[in-house]
Amino acid sequence: MFYREAGDYKKTYAEDNQTFPLKLDRYGYYVILAVAFGIVPLVINDYWASAVLIPFLIWSIAALGLNILVGYCGQLSLGTGGFMAVGAYSSYKLMTSFPDLNIFFIVLISGVITAAVGVVFGLPSLRIKGFYLAVATLAAQFFLVWLFNKVEWFYNYSASGQISAPTRTVAGFEVTGATASPEAKYLFCLVLAVLLAWFARNLTRGRIGRSWMAIRDMDIAAEIIGVNPLKTKLMAFAVSSFLIGVSGSLFFAVYLGAVEVGEAFGIQKSFLVLFMIIIGGLGSILGSFIGAAFLVLMPVLLKNIMVGQLGFPIDIAAHFELLIIGFLIMLTLVLEPHGIAQLWRVTKQKLRLWPFPH
Amino acid sequence: MPLQLLYGIEAAINGLMTGVMYSLVALGFVLIFKASGVFNYAQGVMALFAALTLVGLQNGQVPFAHLINTVFGTHLDRFGWHLPALLAILLAIGVMILFAILVERYLLKYLVGQDPIILFMATIGLAYFMEGFGDLMWGSDIKVIDMSMPLLGLPDGLPQGGSLWIEEHTQFLGDERFYGFFIDKLDIVGAGIAAILVISLMVFSRYTKTGTALRAVADDNQAALSVGISLRTIWVIVWAIAGFVALVAGVMWGAKSGVQFSLSLITLKALPVLMLGGFTSIPGAIIGGMIIGMGEKVFEFIVSSSWFGDAMGFTLNATENWFAYVLALLFLVFRPQGLFGEKIIERV
Repeated sequence: MFYREAGDYKKTYAEDNQTFPLKLDRYGYYVILAVAFGIVPLVINDYWASAVLIPFLIWSIAALGLNILVGYCGQLSLGTGGFMAVGAYSSYKLMTSFPDLNIFFIVLISGVITAAVGVVFGLPSLRIKGFYLAVATLAAQFFLVWLFNKVEWFYNYSASGQISAPTRTVAGFEVTGATASPEAKYLFCLVLAVLLAWFARNLTRGRIGRSWMAIRDMDIAAEIIGVNPLKTKLMAFAVSSFLIGVSGSLFFAVYLGAVEVGEAFGIQKSFLVLFMIIIGGLGSILGSFIGAAFLVLMPVLLKNIMVGQLGFPIDIAAHFELLIIGFLIMLTLVLEPHGIAQLWRVTKQKLRLWPFPH
Repeated sequence: MPLQLLYGIEAAINGLMTGVMYSLVALGFVLIFKASGVFNYAQGVMALFAALTLVGLQNGQVPFAHLINTVFGTHLDRFGWHLPALLAILLAIGVMILFAILVERYLLKYLVGQDPIILFMATIGLAYFMEGFGDLMWGSDIKVIDMSMPLLGLPDGLPQGGSLWIEEHTQFLGDERFYGFFIDKLDIVGAGIAAILVISLMVFSRYTKTGTALRAVADDNQAALSVGISLRTIWVIVWAIAGFVALVAGVMWGAKSGVQFSLSLITLKALPVLMLGGFTSIPGAIIGGMIIGMGEKVFEFIVSSSWFGDAMGFTLNATENWFAYVLALLFLVFRPQGLFGEKIIERV
């Protein structure tokens, strides 16, 4: 039979410990990766890259980051947009201050800077819990956006107040700037998304991830069994902000090319990422990707159907989008509070027992 | 008195008034949070929806006109009536009660016993839904609200513009360059209405049977259930009251800045008010609103003034965007339950 542990003999401890214990799962992911790396770049065109694939990868990274904070560590945050702005502006400052630095490292360093900012805004989480914390993270959102808007040093005193990404290359291929090819942009984002997903998956499987979940499930009990809440919470803020910073940096440098902070990183973006992880699944790496795919694809699909096929005016389509997103969120929470990822988990469990469920 | 100080006082008074308007939204939050533990993010959108419904009913707009016209190629626009404001308000209250019933029946009922965070997110979903729905139903253009109620002695609607009386009677405070304090009449009315609302809500919850039941539910869900209080009815009542408060807030803000999408964003301003005042306290909502309103105006006044620039070498502006949150954040670090909130006791 397929999809069984049975017959898949693990000979070493490392094998027993691998991320995907089932053979079929493992091969499934290999196939997905092979398609993503090998076939998609050959058939990609400008529309698909800029409307679907690149935003999907970037939002997945952001959703991954927020999921670590909200889904794994249980600290509700509404400051995602602000932290993405930190990533974007630090990569802009790095790109313009160090023209020779490789963009790959710039993106990662931007993530590290965002992590530091995230830790600062995470400090109150030791005193403030639940909703109070959610509202407190709004302080980060509004303060950071305001800061990047008002302090001219951040946008190099440009008259428009916008920042725009200069051309940078990785191994000879342009990945940022107006002339970069969709393939290069896509692969650059893909490499980062895969690396970070691998990093996040392994982090959440280990000691650190388990201490996050202990804090989420009951912080007092976690403290009693020896989980240090200060370290754990700040770690979650740091890792989450790192991922969000990377996604913000990519969003600015690779995807948009030029941004105006209030428009690109407003409070709406914070909610968008939150919706992604609710619909996709709180506390699930796969869920972050599913949620991002869903919320990136759905507006494109709706727009194609309503504006393209039915000939509706754009404003009606926009209202419908709000309505449908709201409806889907309520529906997900009522039917399956753990998101689409939970459906997948249930399916897997059923598959394992099939065809003799008893 | 020096001119700068007078302007500062003027900013403080105006901030106080705006703060009371924030409190109007915060009040709805507190009501729902106390009774059902639901942190209702949709309160601002409810205010928008209520105001849209009020204006739409009053002007006889055809609901979903834009959508119907697009789909069927018709040219519907108005029914051609113009209702008196009082009747329109009553109808809008009816719509908000219907809304409360629907929310309870199709959303809250299924979410009983879930984590508070899940409920919070559900209300965010509700907020998005209502926003899309309201725009589809009534159109997203900016609408002017007309509150002329001859029966209540308001033939011209809610008073607008600065109060001349206050200007004349405060002119003596400064020299000839000072024209007296400019205070919007609408803000004064808003403050009055907020006061009436708070007092009536407190009277309602103290001296009526339903009010007692509300407090019982707020105190302990299960104990209330066991003495025969129907939770579902109470929730409908609470959401209906919150809908009414939203209508009041929507009318006041709508009269101030037109009924438009940005109305729903006052939710975000009401959040720090709540944090400061405590989620469970009605007077806290009012006082928190006043502190936030006054604080942000005075802070903006100070950091954008020329003498602050002289002293520090720089000036800041548009600090109102974040001041409320940062103030609330700093405040919470020292007092996690807010000013008047119940002390958070964690039992193991």
